[in-house]
Amino acid sequence: MIPAAFEYAKASSVEEAVKLLGKYGEDAKVLAGGHSLIPLMRLRLAQPKALVDINGIKELDHIKEDGSKLRIGALTRHVTLQNSNVVKDKLPLLAEVAGEVGDNQVRNMGTIGGVVAHADAAGDYPTIALMLDAEIVTNRRTIAAKDFFTDIFTTPLEADEIVTEVVFPVANGPHKYIKFRRRLFDWAIVGAAAQKMNGGWRIGLTNVGSTPVRAKAVEEALQKGAKPEEAAQQASEGLNPSGDLRASPEYKKHLARVLTKRAIEQAG
Amino acid sequence: MAITTMIGAKIHRREDPRLVSGEGRYIDDFTRPGTLFLSVVRSPHAHARIKSIDITAATKAPGVVAIYTHKDFAKVIAGTMPAAPAFVAEKKQIPPRFPIADKEVAYQGEPVAVVLTETKYQSTDAANLIEVDYEPLPAVMDLEHALDANAPKAHSNAPDNVGWDLTYIPEDANVMKEADVVVKQRILQQRLAPTPMEPRGVLAEYSRPDASMTIWMSSQNPHFIRLFLAGALGIPETRIRVISPDVGGGFGSKISPYSEDYLVPAAAKLSGRPVKWIETRTESIQTTTHGRGQYFDVEAGAKKDGTLVALKVTQYLDIGAYVGTFGAFQACACLLSTGAYNWKHVSARTVGILTNRVPTDPYRGAGRPEATHLCERMIDLLAEAIQMDPAAIRRKNFITEFPHTSHFGLVYDSGEYEKAMDKAMEIAGYEKLRREQEEARKKGRYLGIGISSWIEICGFGPSAGTAPATGGIALVESAQVRVFPTGSVTVYVGTHSHGQGHDTTFPQIVADTLGVPYDMIELRHGDTAEGPAFGYGTYGSRSLAVGGMAVHKASKKIVDKARKLAAHIFEAAEEDVEFDQGHFYVKGSPDKRKALGEIAFASFGAGLPEGMEHGLEAVAYYDPSNFVWPFGTHIAVVEVDAETGAVDLQRYIAVDDCGNVINPMIVDGQIHGGIAQGIAQALFEEVVYDDDTGQMKTGTLTDYMIPTMNEFPLFELDRTVTPSPTNELGVKGIGEAGTIASSAAVINAICDALSPFGIKHVDMPASPDRLWNQIKASRGASHNGKEARK
Repeated sequence: MIPAAFEYAKASSVEEAVKLLGKYGEDAKVLAGGHSLIPLMRLRLAQPKALVDINGIKELDHIKEDGSKLRIGALTRHVTLQNSNVVKDKLPLLAEVAGEVGDNQVRNMGTIGGVVAHADAAGDYPTIALMLDAEIVTNRRTIAAKDFFTDIFTTPLEADEIVTEVVFPVANGPHKYIKFRRRLFDWAIVGAAAQKMNGGWRIGLTNVGSTPVRAKAVEEALQKGAKPEEAAQQASEGLNPSGDLRASPEYKKHLARVLTKRAIEQAG
Repeated sequence: MAITTMIGAKIHRREDPRLVSGEGRYIDDFTRPGTLFLSVVRSPHAHARIKSIDITAATKAPGVVAIYTHKDFAKVIAGTMPAAPAFVAEKKQIPPRFPIADKEVAYQGEPVAVVLTETKYQSTDAANLIEVDYEPLPAVMDLEHALDANAPKAHSNAPDNVGWDLTYIPEDANVMKEADVVVKQRILQQRLAPTPMEPRGVLAEYSRPDASMTIWMSSQNPHFIRLFLAGALGIPETRIRVISPDVGGGFGSKISPYSEDYLVPAAAKLSGRPVKWIETRTESIQTTTHGRGQYFDVEAGAKKDGTLVALKVTQYLDIGAYVGTFGAFQACACLLSTGAYNWKHVSARTVGILTNRVPTDPYRGAGRPEATHLCERMIDLLAEAIQMDPAAIRRKNFITEFPHTSHFGLVYDSGEYEKAMDKAMEIAGYEKLRREQEEARKKGRYLGIGISSWIEICGFGPSAGTAPATGGIALVESAQVRVFPTGSVTVYVGTHSHGQGHDTTFPQIVADTLGVPYDMIELRHGDTAEGPAFGYGTYGSRSLAVGGMAVHKASKKIVDKARKLAAHIFEAAEEDVEFDQGHFYVKGSPDKRKALGEIAFASFGAGLPEGMEHGLEAVAYYDPSNFVWPFGTHIAVVEVDAETGAVDLQRYIAVDDCGNVINPMIVDGQIHGGIAQGIAQALFEEVVYDDDTGQMKTGTLTDYMIPTMNEFPLFELDRTVTPSPTNELGVKGIGEAGTIASSAAVINAICDALSPFGIKHVDMPASPDRLWNQIKASRGASHNGKEARK
């Protein structure tokens, strides 16, 4: 429960953070909320040589309306998203999902950029980022969500590249996120999100594979007029989840179908 | 007579302002100048031979002062660790256990080496540099096949894996034949990690000039630890001081001595510097003793009219790699398996099985939750078999005559089981719930109502009953009451409070007995340098029924002496002196009275009666005449989502009876925590090992699922009061009751909910994936599954 030794540097601007990351190279990690990184370090599953703390970069903590888009600064805390009137108005699904992350302590510290960059398939934001075709903006480029979550804990981010913004489309139609878990603060055993958008449905799944999943087969079935229950049967198409202490692969696939059905039915 | 004013008063716990404001003092809050930090190198294997230990690289690591292994500790620690010494068994095998492994490790987490460094961070770094060469050996991980002839052995030189095999009462097959229905069930009790909020920790300082050892330790019974350490370290008890300050929870896991309890003081002696070790959370889950870890094969028979006939119980208990100091106590599940009911016959056998997991030892309830769970499950299975309401079959068979001598010769002191059940059913609105359940089923919703009518044995215990189980030290209890010249009072007790509220309840008793204002009474515990020569600690819901009585008894000795002195001052005969609300007076002259404080002052002055010693203080040891037997009925209401297997615990009703109540708020608090811990077993917690590698898979609180307040409904509590005839205060224990009752209530409710699927039994934890699998299997198997289909 005691991490290995590491160097620590606090950046006050994106430029400074990038410079520091460049200095430490591959062995450095960005510290935002720290709610995934620090537990891994305490278990010594992660042993970065240096942490670059970006919590002092004020410009990364923002929520901006930009026409048909909503630009969320990477350092925006879950609690901010959960309570933001702009988010509730323009993309209420995001506020709903933020309110389902962890517990109060996690929501007060954890950031959207941290979750996205960590690319844990059990994370909640990656699912909606993927299904809504969000864009992940870094200090260098803009990456489409579908190109960002490439494998478990794996993204195209370079060693000296940091996420600065996540850009979502505005969508305030019927929506629902169902996060199935045993304890309120747990990760999703499986999660399912539904968002009515541009006359169709977007369906996303959490923790059913190595990356977040967009259930296009379900979306298409709904488009063709299938009832939620029928369409949701497609939710497990092509899924190959791994089993863990909480759920077998078969059970996860079952949950994907059930939760998808419920998310569509309960979307409001 | 003093009138009762403080006993029964719902006052706030006086320790709480300190504890909830972060001002409690736990082991890691203590330090001594020059303290070294100790880190333990542990076996990553469940079972392996140690071929060599290479400390070369670690020795050169920053801050390393010393590295010790078995050969070093063998010079300063004598003998083996204590293990349920006098547990009477027909067959018994107790593998010798030294605090640190020599040639062979028998569970993942067993200590192999320790590193002492200047800082805490350095100790973890250096420990990682010690290279141990292991030759893995086959491990015993499968409890159900551990007794097979070809099973691996938990210790390579052992003949088999039988730790004990004891038949309490042999089977009488003829009696079972009298039953109209017989139900059989295997019931699992998964391993649980006690997980106190404060992990274990030890700080030890050896003073070379006076050859004395001071140890700060998170312990439930510091005196026993001092006794064990005195023998092992060769230091007289007079020169060992064990201090257990605020202890952040124990739940039974801080009763027995642990490896580190020996290694840290020994390292202090070897190094000549104070040494501190604080357990990490992963170490806590991995190496602190586990609870439960058993399975039972049970048969129960009844007549068609619901009359219980016979019960046959076989307990298979996963001892772990070594027999825990009090591990055999869990066999009491057999002795309590008949529960609150009259049975014509019962047979019981316990088999302790050695495995390559961390030892099991008492954990909140220790044997009684297992007993309640199996008994209450079997009652429900019988009720289902004869199509009788679960409440009705209980009502028909409740023991009603007290004292009641059980098949095992135990004497239940008092009870009114039906009254408690009636009250619980009334609060629950039982009949209405049954109607709602029926309506819900028509809509494809599965409500379940589960009853658990529990009893337990606690208040350990009578000397004759407990001395054999501990190896000679009877579990009586001690207290010392000292009255100061100003009339303020300090009470020293041998029990140890780590959440039970003794700082509040014991002064409540003293306030009434002595008639001294509550605020003038201080309670001290947890320091072997203070108070009576021996204290027995806190576990087994014994503190009030045994320790509280010792406090009461010592207080009465004070009153007796003060009365003699008052009589002398009043120039009256002792029998003419009244004592009322803290004041003495001569019969008929209550206006000329003297407060106990005045008598106390006089006791330090001149002119005492001839032969009377100065001062006003007393030591008492209390040996109860029997155990005490609390009881009650809990009712859980659940809805199971048949599509996902998720359980929604909607209501939880508990009516408990612990005899007279000293502080209702503390009793309710104990019940709350206990219920939560039992529900945690029913729905959430389980230590999981990989059966192939012997590696624990639940080494963090992410995977070891402790529920939080979010996962519980508001508990609906009430009580009945049936005083215990066993002690003058009329009290019984309540610390474990909630845990003893609640797993059965929840599982019975789930089984009740799932009865339309033909599901009769569900093992714990009733996780959604487990229930979904059972529902799916029953849907597949059922010919008329349509009824249960949504």
